[in-house]
Amino acid sequence: MDTLTLSRLQFAVTAGFHFIFVPLTLGLSVLVAIMESKYVSTGDEMYLRMTKFWGKLFLFNFALGIVTGITLEFQFGMNWAEYSKFVGDIFGAPLAIEATLAFFLESTFIGLWIFGWDKISKKLHAAAIWIVAIASSLSALWILLANGWMQKPVGYVLRNGRAEMVDFSALVTNSYGWYKFFHTVLAGYVVAAFFVMGISAYHLLRRNEVRFFKASFRMAAAFGLVTSVLVFITGDFHAIKIATTQPTKFAAMEAVWETQKAAPYNLLVVPDTANEKNVVEAIGIPRGLSLLAFHDGNAEVKGLKDFPKELRPPVMTTFLSFRFMAALGMLLMLLSLIAWLLSRKDTLESYPMFLKLMLIVLPLPYIANQIGWIVAEVGRQPWIVYGLLKTSDAVSKAITPMQVAGSLAGFTLLYGFLAVVDIYLLTKNAKKGPEVLSPIMAKKTTISGNQEA
Amino acid sequence: MELQIIWFILWAVLWAVYFMLDGFDLGVGILQKFLGRNEAERGAMIKSIGPVWDGNEVWLLTAGGATFAAFPTTYALMFSYLYTALLLILFSLIVRGVSVELRGKEEGAAWRSRWETAFCISSFLPALLFGVAFGNIFKGLPMDAEGYHGNLFTLLNPYGLLTGVFFVLLFITHGALWISYKTAGSLSKRASNLANKIWYPLLVTAVLFLVHTWFATHLYANFLDVPVLFVVPVLAVLALLGIKIFSVKGASLKAFAASCITILMVTFTGVTGLFPNLIPSSIDPKYSLTIYNSSSSPYTLKIMTVVALVFVPAVIAYQAWNYWVFRKKIDPNDMTGKGEMY
Repeated sequence: MDTLTLSRLQFAVTAGFHFIFVPLTLGLSVLVAIMESKYVSTGDEMYLRMTKFWGKLFLFNFALGIVTGITLEFQFGMNWAEYSKFVGDIFGAPLAIEATLAFFLESTFIGLWIFGWDKISKKLHAAAIWIVAIASSLSALWILLANGWMQKPVGYVLRNGRAEMVDFSALVTNSYGWYKFFHTVLAGYVVAAFFVMGISAYHLLRRNEVRFFKASFRMAAAFGLVTSVLVFITGDFHAIKIATTQPTKFAAMEAVWETQKAAPYNLLVVPDTANEKNVVEAIGIPRGLSLLAFHDGNAEVKGLKDFPKELRPPVMTTFLSFRFMAALGMLLMLLSLIAWLLSRKDTLESYPMFLKLMLIVLPLPYIANQIGWIVAEVGRQPWIVYGLLKTSDAVSKAITPMQVAGSLAGFTLLYGFLAVVDIYLLTKNAKKGPEVLSPIMAKKTTISGNQEA
Repeated sequence: MELQIIWFILWAVLWAVYFMLDGFDLGVGILQKFLGRNEAERGAMIKSIGPVWDGNEVWLLTAGGATFAAFPTTYALMFSYLYTALLLILFSLIVRGVSVELRGKEEGAAWRSRWETAFCISSFLPALLFGVAFGNIFKGLPMDAEGYHGNLFTLLNPYGLLTGVFFVLLFITHGALWISYKTAGSLSKRASNLANKIWYPLLVTAVLFLVHTWFATHLYANFLDVPVLFVVPVLAVLALLGIKIFSVKGASLKAFAASCITILMVTFTGVTGLFPNLIPSSIDPKYSLTIYNSSSSPYTLKIMTVVALVFVPAVIAYQAWNYWVFRKKIDPNDMTGKGEMY
C-alpha cells in the first residue's frame, strides 16, 4: 500500500477510535452536571451517589477521549503536511482557538472536579462539572467549524499558493459547521442517554438499587427523547445544506444516478454501482427526495452521472452508511419515546423485555455516530477540502510507506489494548453499581495534611 | 512590532510554559517508581500532580495549535520530518495519560505496579525526546529544496542526545523539587536530598550543553550581535545556582521556583539563538524555515493575536487558582489507598 492509502487508513482508525469516547463525554458530562445540580438544590443523597457512580464511568471515558485527541492534532502535520501547508492559514486558527478557549477549561476544571470534593463549596463543585460539560461542547464547536470549512470552504482567497483567510466571521458563521455542530453534539447526547438507560436497565432487571436506577433511567429517557428528536430535525436541515453545497455527497447518500425534478423518495433501493443504476427502486414516496433535499417538492436533484467518475465519492459506502444511520436514528427516537412513556409510570421494573432490549441496544447510538462520520468524510471524497484540494494531493511528501505502516500497526495495537482495558473497567464498574456513602466513606475522601509550608 | 515577531515570542512562551509545567509532571512520573518506598508514597506523588497534569499538558496542544495557526509551513514540515520521533512522544503521552487515570481504578498491587512502571517509562521518553527534538532544531535539520535528508537515527547525534539528557535531568530535578514541596514527611525529605544530589550531574550537563552549543549550532550568533541578550542565559545559570542554594537550605518552594525560572530561561536561550529561524537548515541557511517564510497571513496573525491576548491571561488566571485550591501538602500517611475518584 502507498503512503496515501496507509495515511487515510490511519486517520480513519485514529479518528474513529477517538470518536468512541467523545460522544459519551459530550452527553454524560451534561447528565452528571444535572445530577449534581439536583443534589445541590435538593440535598438528596441519592443524587450525590448518582453523580459519583455515573461520574466514575464518565471519567474512564473522558481520559481516553483526551489522550486519543492529541493524535489527531499531531497527524495533520505528520501525515497531511501538504494539506497543512495549503490550509494552515485558515484551518489552524479554529484548532488553536479550540485549545485556548475550550480545552484548557475542560482539562483544568476536570482536575478540580475530581480532586476538589472537600476543597471547594458544593455549588462551586457543581459549577466545575458544568464548565467541563459546556467546554466539551465548545471544543466540539471549534473542531466542527474546522471540519465545516473542509466541507464548505468559506472566507478565503487563493494567494501565495495556499488558501488564506480573509474573513474570520465567515469561518465562524459557516452554516455547514453549525449544522454539523448541533447534529453531532446532540447525537453525542443520545449516546449518553442510551448508555445510562442501558446500564440502569441492567440493574433494574436485577432489582438492584431500584430507586437509584429508576431515577437515572427517567432522567436519561427524557434527555434521550428530546435529543434524539433534535438530532432528527438538525439532520434534516443538515441534509439540505449537503444537497446545496455538496451535490455529489447527497447523490451518493441517496444513490441518485440521474438528475431529476420532483424526485421521489424510494424506501427500498439497491444500487448497482458498476452499471451506474439502481437494480431495485421500490415503495416510492412521490416528490419525497426533492422535499428532503430542498424542502421543495418540485426541486431538481442532481444525479451522480452529472459528475465525472473521478469526482464522485464511493457510492455504496456512502449510501449504506447514510441509510443505516438514518434508520438507527428513527429507531432510537422510537425507543426513547417508549422509554420516556414507561419511565413516567413507576412500574418500569415490570417490563423486563423492554429493559433487556434497552441493554442490548446500548451500542446502537455509537454505531450511528461512527457511520455518520463515514457519510461526512467518505462522502466528501475525492476532496479533502470540497472543490479545493484533493485528498491525494494532501499527504506528506517526507514520509515513507514503511513509516506509516509502522505507525498504523502501533496505533492499532495500542488502541486495541486501550479498548480492552476500557471495556473491562467500564463493565466491571457498571455492574458493581453505586457505592454506599457511609459517614466513614465520606470522611475518607478528605486528604488531610494541614501543615502549611 | 511585526506580527511575526509577536508570534515568535508567543510561540516561545507557549513552549517554555509547557516545559515548565509539564516538566515537573514528567519528573514526578519518572521518580515515583524509584522514590516511593510503598504504595502510599507512590500514590501521594501521583496525587500531587493529579489535579493539574492534564491542564499542564494542554500547553503542549496549544503550542502545537499555535504553530499550526501562525507558522503552518513550519508545523507541516516539522511534524512530517520528525514523524517517528513525534510518534514515540505521542504514544508515550497516551500511555502516560492512561497510566495516571487508571492506576487507582482497580485494587491490587500488581495492577498498580504495572501502571506505575508504564507511567515511569512514558514520562521518561517524552522528556528525552523533546530534548532530542529541540537539540536538533537548535542544530538545524538536514533539509533543502528536495525535502528532508534525515531519520530517527540521524536525530540521535551527540548534540541531540546531550540536549535530551539535559532535559531529562532538568525535569527530574524539577519533579523532585515539586515532590519535596508538595508532600510531607520522609518522602519530602528524600525528594529534597535527591534534588541536591542530582543537581551536580545537571550542572555538568548544563555546562557541556553550553559549550557544545558553541560548536554544534549557530545559536550564539544573535547573542554576539546583541550582547545585552546574554542576560537570558545568565539568568538561566543564576537560577540553576539558586536551585542548589535554596534546596540546601530546605526552602523547597523557592528551590522549585528557581527550577521553574531555569527551565523558562533555558528555553528562551535556545529560542533567542534561533531567531528569526524556527527550524534552521543544516545544509544551507537559504532553506531554513523562518518566521517570515513560513508564517500565516497578516490577517490570520492579527486574529490569533487578539485571541491569544484575551484568552491566555484568563487561562493563566484560572490555572493559578486551581493550583491555589490544591495548595495543601499531601501526607503519604493519610493516603487511604482507596481514593474517592482516584
